[in-house]
Amino acid sequence: MAITERRPPATDARPDELEHALEERWEDAPGIPGFFNSVDHKRVGMRYIYTAFIFFFVAGALALVMRVQLAAPNADVLSPQTYNEFFTVHGTAMIFLFNTPVLAGFGNYLIPLMIGSRDMAFPRLNAFSYWIFVLSGLFFFASFAIGHPPDGGWFAYVPLTSKPYSGDVNIDFWGLAVIFVGISTTVGAVNFIVTIFKLRAPGMTLHRMPIFVWSMLVFAFMVIFAVPAVTVAASLLELDRLFGTSFYDVASGGSALLYQHLFWFWGHPEVYILFIPATGMISTIIPVFSRRRLAGYVWVVTALVAIGFISFGVWVHHMFATGIPPLSLSFFSAVSLIITIPSGVQFFAWIATMWKGVVRFSVPMLFAIGFLLIFLLGGITGVMVSVLPFDWQVTDSYFVVAHFHYVLNGAVVFPIFGALYYWLPKMTGRMLDERLGRISFWTMFVGFNVAFFPMHILGFLGMPRRVYTYDSGVGWSGLNLVISVASFAFGLGTLLTLVNFAMSHRRGAPAPDNPWDADTLEWSTSSPPPEYNFATTPVVSSLHPLWDEHPVPDAASGPDDARDDARRALGVAGALDKEMPVTEGLDALPQDTLGIPAPTYLPFLAALGVTAIFVGLLAEAVVVGVAGAVVGITAVVVWLWRTDEDLR
Amino acid sequence: MTAGTAFLTTVASIVTPKGSEADRIAGAWWLMFGLAAIVYVVVAGLIVYATVRGRRRGARPSGLREDAFIWIGGVAAPVVILFVLAVVTVHTTEALRRPARGALAVDVAGEDWWWAVRYPGTDIVTANEIHLPVDRPVDLRLTSDNVIHSFWVPELAGKQDAIPGQPNHLRFTPEATGTFIGRCAEYCGLQHAHMEIRVIVQTATDFGRWQARQEATRTEPVSDVAAAGAAIFQRQACAGCHTVRGTSATGTVGPDLTDFGGRETIGAGLLENNSRNLADWIRDAPELKPGTAMPSFHDLTDRDVQTIVAYLESLQ
Repeated sequence: MAITERRPPATDARPDELEHALEERWEDAPGIPGFFNSVDHKRVGMRYIYTAFIFFFVAGALALVMRVQLAAPNADVLSPQTYNEFFTVHGTAMIFLFNTPVLAGFGNYLIPLMIGSRDMAFPRLNAFSYWIFVLSGLFFFASFAIGHPPDGGWFAYVPLTSKPYSGDVNIDFWGLAVIFVGISTTVGAVNFIVTIFKLRAPGMTLHRMPIFVWSMLVFAFMVIFAVPAVTVAASLLELDRLFGTSFYDVASGGSALLYQHLFWFWGHPEVYILFIPATGMISTIIPVFSRRRLAGYVWVVTALVAIGFISFGVWVHHMFATGIPPLSLSFFSAVSLIITIPSGVQFFAWIATMWKGVVRFSVPMLFAIGFLLIFLLGGITGVMVSVLPFDWQVTDSYFVVAHFHYVLNGAVVFPIFGALYYWLPKMTGRMLDERLGRISFWTMFVGFNVAFFPMHILGFLGMPRRVYTYDSGVGWSGLNLVISVASFAFGLGTLLTLVNFAMSHRRGAPAPDNPWDADTLEWSTSSPPPEYNFATTPVVSSLHPLWDEHPVPDAASGPDDARDDARRALGVAGALDKEMPVTEGLDALPQDTLGIPAPTYLPFLAALGVTAIFVGLLAEAVVVGVAGAVVGITAVVVWLWRTDEDLR
Repeated sequence: MTAGTAFLTTVASIVTPKGSEADRIAGAWWLMFGLAAIVYVVVAGLIVYATVRGRRRGARPSGLREDAFIWIGGVAAPVVILFVLAVVTVHTTEALRRPARGALAVDVAGEDWWWAVRYPGTDIVTANEIHLPVDRPVDLRLTSDNVIHSFWVPELAGKQDAIPGQPNHLRFTPEATGTFIGRCAEYCGLQHAHMEIRVIVQTATDFGRWQARQEATRTEPVSDVAAAGAAIFQRQACAGCHTVRGTSATGTVGPDLTDFGGRETIGAGLLENNSRNLADWIRDAPELKPGTAMPSFHDLTDRDVQTIVAYLESLQ
């Protein structure tokens, strides 16, 4: 498309010679070595997404088996023990191993491209974060291999999960995996924050930052403040279990409620940690398919930041029935109501955008509109459950199961599917099939609503969550059958997108640079982008660079007040030296340069060391744990010892 | 929507309240439901309109003022609605779970996986059933010495957790006679699904009669068969785990069986209490309720089992 053409790089070399030189400089090693030592944010990001989707389909399959068990009263498909394991693993995997990492994957892939950078600020840390994620996931699912999957529910309340009531290693798999994967999330968040503040293209001031980048910035800050709480919750649990401390043991003066406070101090922000990037995707997709800028950009950014703050003040609404005095509960009830307002602001910004634009119903937009209709209901029931006395009735019932699937499945997974249809062409260089995409969307949309809406009613009829069966005489049979059938339709819909993805690899139409006529910088480079993203750094003077400037100017015409090093890094010379320009945090003026490390096995080795520590703790094998610590620490020391100069 | 609400009001649910708390909450629900329906229809309507508006043939550019639209729809309208809900929350909450004079105190303990019920100040101990007089405030003291459970009888009141080391109170007034079924609502392990509680609300007279019968001194077994059953009960492991007041059976692992013959179910709502089910349960409880602390008794003869059944059914 015309507006995406870029000027040839300002250098004497012929363009094809230059391209060749760049490729030689940046290429990963082929085959297996390249697989283990790549630090390219695009490879890491795509692996994140693919790996997370493997966990998505596994955890989804568990849910479908549970729905077979619940399709009829007193069914005997799953034993109570297996059922309890399945819902525990389903919830844990969806939250920790699908939702959070898949969003991190999109962030990893897109943020450097969206801000006009050549990589993340800490590429090796980025690779480390991925390896920790995939190894912690394998660690968690290894529990199936030895026949002891976690069975304490995804929030693993004590005392049920304490040693006297769960003597085997099932719960240790859960507790250790939560601590384990938290390392990945946390270092990833640090990387996002530094990348977003320091690597934006010249001219991309904060108020010209794409909304998705804003959402990932809020995501990262929330992760840094919230994840320590769940790490502490799980660590104290494991100290109690493995070393006999008694933080949660009432008989020895501990507290069972302490666990719930710690868990939900992470747990509620976590809902928004997932939801905020999802809305960032929606705020990206809606304007592009309405052919108009996002209405109320400042409103939406303010709303994202406000949600980030307020979400830390609502955790007790998961504990309304625990006997905390009503006065304190009323405070949390009120804050839970207030958090609706920033969501309302975003909602009306999206409606205004479509209203003033001309909507194209392409597949990403269908998912966005589906999201709006689903999140509207999930938001409304969210307001209902923050009304204290009503929550006393519906908490821990199927009403809440319905509510949080409307929010976490409908309002997070639908945007993620929309994002797949939107960005996969950039990542793979192949378009997905529109027709199959439409069929997939409608199957998912109808299946989703028919599967989850009736759960509200089951909650009203008194069906508690997490029951492995029910009696025929209680009037729940018909609705449960409908739900089970529809859940398979929803599952089929997600599989159709998987098929679509597989087919696009073989015979998808080649994706142009900017297939959707979008406005952000990732669409100014080729599909898929070259390893170095941009031969010359774009210079930004608008919130919508690809809409407002034809073509986007590059560093050859960059700002005059750049320091020399920084200016050099902006251009092809920087790309040839594997450098990125570093800019000032607020106004994005070139400031310095940052080298991009060569491929290295160190992150993978360090992650293996960490894995051995957790295996050692699980198996209570001191030797394994110590060996892991030695390998991990050595890898990190070597990694820090060698400067960027050595590695490039 | 109307069909749905009609359905909801005909079967036992949180919107067919039979107790003071459930009644208040149902009131709040219908108000919220009305507001929610309006909000959903209006906003969904705006979404649909917004998506098609610009696509119409000859559509003119919209003069919509974005900031005003966001301000009104995203801030002002929600603030008004949320204010109403905040008032409803405070107003409703204020009236609920307050100590009342003359309330009947009942201790309810969550066990794995059944409920122990005691009436303080009396000898009455029962399980999985709570008898209450209608229209008299009740104060349920909820405790657990094992894992966390949650007491929930949807037609009477919302949930209250039973948490180790922290007795909680659930206070309400039953407003109609009848049997109301509740369940444990906090995941408590293997048989969380089979932890029912029955609240039997009676007229004051009937409740008084029930109470008097409970407190009356127990007599000897009514028949020879029952007497034989009683002997086996004492001799076998039964007495080690169960209490029958007035006998040497004083175990506390399982439910007190002093009034077992009068109960409606076996295994906390698992089976109807009849001779056949009871015999099956005695022979092999773990088969029927995997994880239960009650062992199987395969070495008992059919005759032994029948006599124990007769004995237990005679306990009223």
